Amino acid sequence: MSAVGEGIEQRLAAAEPNPQRQTARGAHVVRGDFRLIADMIESGSRVLDVGCSDGALLEYLAREHDIVGRGMELSQAGVNASVSRGLSVVQGNADTDLVDYPDGAFDYVVLSQTLQATHDPRKVMEQLVRIGRHAIVSFPNFGYWRVRLRLLFAGRMPVTPSLPDHWFETQNIHLCTILDFVELCQRCGIDIERALILGDGEEAREINNLWKANWLGRNGMFLLQRSRRPEPG
Amino acid sequence: MAHTEALKLDSGLHLGPITVAYQCYGTLNADKSNAILVCHALTLDQFVAETHPMTGRPGWWSYMVGPGLPLDTERYCIICANVLGSCMGTTGPRDVNPETGAPWALDFPMVTVGDMVRVQKLLIDHLGIDQLFAVVGGSMGGMQVLEWAAKYPERVFAAIPIATAAHHTAQNIAFHEVGRQAIMADPDWAGGRYLEQGTVPRRGLAVARMTAHVTYLSESALHQKFGRKLQAGNSLSFGFDADFQVESYLRYQGSSFVDRFDANSYLYITRAMDYFDLAADYGGVLANAFLGSKVRYCVVSFTSDWLFPTSEAKTIVHALNAAAADVSFVEIRSDKGHDSFLLREFEFFETLHGFLNGCAEIKGLPVAHLRLPDPCAPDHTDDRVT
Repeated sequence: MSAVGEGIEQRLAAAEPNPQRQTARGAHVVRGDFRLIADMIESGSRVLDVGCSDGALLEYLAREHDIVGRGMELSQAGVNASVSRGLSVVQGNADTDLVDYPDGAFDYVVLSQTLQATHDPRKVMEQLVRIGRHAIVSFPNFGYWRVRLRLLFAGRMPVTPSLPDHWFETQNIHLCTILDFVELCQRCGIDIERALILGDGEEAREINNLWKANWLGRNGMFLLQRSRRPEPG
Repeated sequence: MAHTEALKLDSGLHLGPITVAYQCYGTLNADKSNAILVCHALTLDQFVAETHPMTGRPGWWSYMVGPGLPLDTERYCIICANVLGSCMGTTGPRDVNPETGAPWALDFPMVTVGDMVRVQKLLIDHLGIDQLFAVVGGSMGGMQVLEWAAKYPERVFAAIPIATAAHHTAQNIAFHEVGRQAIMADPDWAGGRYLEQGTVPRRGLAVARMTAHVTYLSESALHQKFGRKLQAGNSLSFGFDADFQVESYLRYQGSSFVDRFDANSYLYITRAMDYFDLAADYGGVLANAFLGSKVRYCVVSFTSDWLFPTSEAKTIVHALNAAAADVSFVEIRSDKGHDSFLLREFEFFETLHGFLNGCAEIKGLPVAHLRLPDPCAPDHTDDRVT
C-alpha cells in the first residue's frame, strides 16, 4: 500500500456517511451518474455543471434537489438545448473559461466525464475547487481490469463501454487511473471528501481499498474540496 | 407619448418637452406582466413587425416578432420606441427648437444611450408597466438592454443583449468618425442647417452609410453575394463607374438610406454609441454594474461579426459571472456578419424562443412551441441593416 492510498483511506474512514445521501429518489429513470451526483449535493445549493451537455443533470438537480444551477458547455447544440429547457448555460471551455468565475461562487462544481478531455487537467482541478466550495469529478478509470487486460493481452488501446472511441477519434487526451487521480489531488492540495466507484454492476461502491478500487472501478467519482491544510511540498 | 417636463440629460443639459413615437404588437395582459421592450439599432426604428411607412418594406424584425415566433405576439406585448435623437417621430435634431422656432440641428443637446433608456423608462412608466418581462435588442439596441438591466434591474425580468458590447471600441469609433466626417464634408450639410437651406447632404450621408454597411457584413457574405462579378456588360469600363456589382450595391444602399434617414440624427446617434461605456459608470468595473442583479441574462453573439465580436460578448458574460448573475451565453454560427441578428438564423430563433419560454414558465406566463417562418420566403437582406 502506498502513502497515497493510506492517506485517502484514513480520511474516508473518518468521514461520517451523510444520511441525506441515502434518501430514495423518485421513480424517474436517471443515468446512474446523476443519482450519485445528486446524493453528494445538498438541497438548495448553488451548482455549476461544467460540460453540462444538454442540461439534463442540471434539470434533474433543479427538479429533485431544488438547486440553483448554472452550466458551461462547449457545443452550441448543447447550449441551445439547455437554454431551451430554461437553464442558465454559457458557451465555454473548461480549459479557458473557468478563470472567469470568482472564488467560491458555487457550493458545488460538477465535472462529469470531462476531465480526461481537458488540455490541462491539473489547472482545471485547481479551478474547480477555487470556484466551488466542493467539486464533484467523475471520470473513466484507465486502471479498470477490462482496460488493463485489453492492453495486456490484445496489445491494443482499449475500447470499452466507458471508453467507446478508438484512439484516433477519441476526445480523451488525458486518461488516468484512480490512483493517478488521487495523486493529482494531493499535488493540487485537494482533499477527497468522498470516493466512489462504479463497477460492472449498477450499484456504486464507496472506495475502501484504493488498489482494489483501481481494478474494479469502471468509473471513479470523487467529492473534493480545497485542502485547509498547507499544500504539500 | 408626450413628456412635458424637461429631462436632465447625461450632458447636464435639459431637454423638454419630449415626444416618443412607439409601436405595440400583441396585447398587454391584465397585470401588465407580458411586455417585451425591443430596443432598435442605430438607424432602425419602431416599425419592428409591420410594413415601414416610408420604405414600404417589411418590418426590420418581422422574422422574429409575430404569432408563433420567438417574440410571440399571441403571448407577449411587444413594444418598440424610436430612440431619442432619431428621426422617426421621437424628438431629435430635425424637430423644431421651441426657443428659436427653427430646427434644432446642432443646437440639439448631445444624447447618450443612457438618455435613450431614460426616455424609454418614461414610456414604460406612462404605460403603467411595473416590470418588463424582457428587454431585447441587437447592436446599439443591445447597449440599451445592458443599460436597462444595469440601471433599472427591478424593472427588468430578463435581458437579451445581442451582437453588442459594454463599450464602443476604438475600431467602432473610428468607423463612425469616418461617417461623420463624410457628412460634415458635404457642402449641402451647411453646418447642420440644411433643412433651413433646403438642401440634403446626400453625398455625405450616402458615403457614411456605405462605409458603415461594409462593417455590418462579413468578407464571406460579400464574397458569396458578389465575388468579383461585374455589372451588366461583363467588361471593365476602364473608368470609375460601378463596374463591380458590389460597388453598385453599396451605391444603392447609400442613396436609398438618404431617403429615409436624417444626417444630423446620424451624427448624434453614432456619437451616443461612441460615448457608451457602461463600466465607466461603475468605477471602471463592469461587474459592479450587475451586482445583486436578479435579472436573467441571455447574451448572444455571432461568429462572423467583426464589429461586435464574440470577445466583447464574453467580456459581458465574464462580468455577469463575476457578479454571480443568472446568465446564458450563446455564440451562433453564421457567416453573415453583424447583420446576422436581423436575418433568418434558425439556431438564433431557437435560442431566443427557448430562453423566453424558460423565463415565461418561471414568471407564470403561457409557453408555446416555436412556429418557424416559411423557409422559402426570400431574405430581404438589402433592407435589413442596422
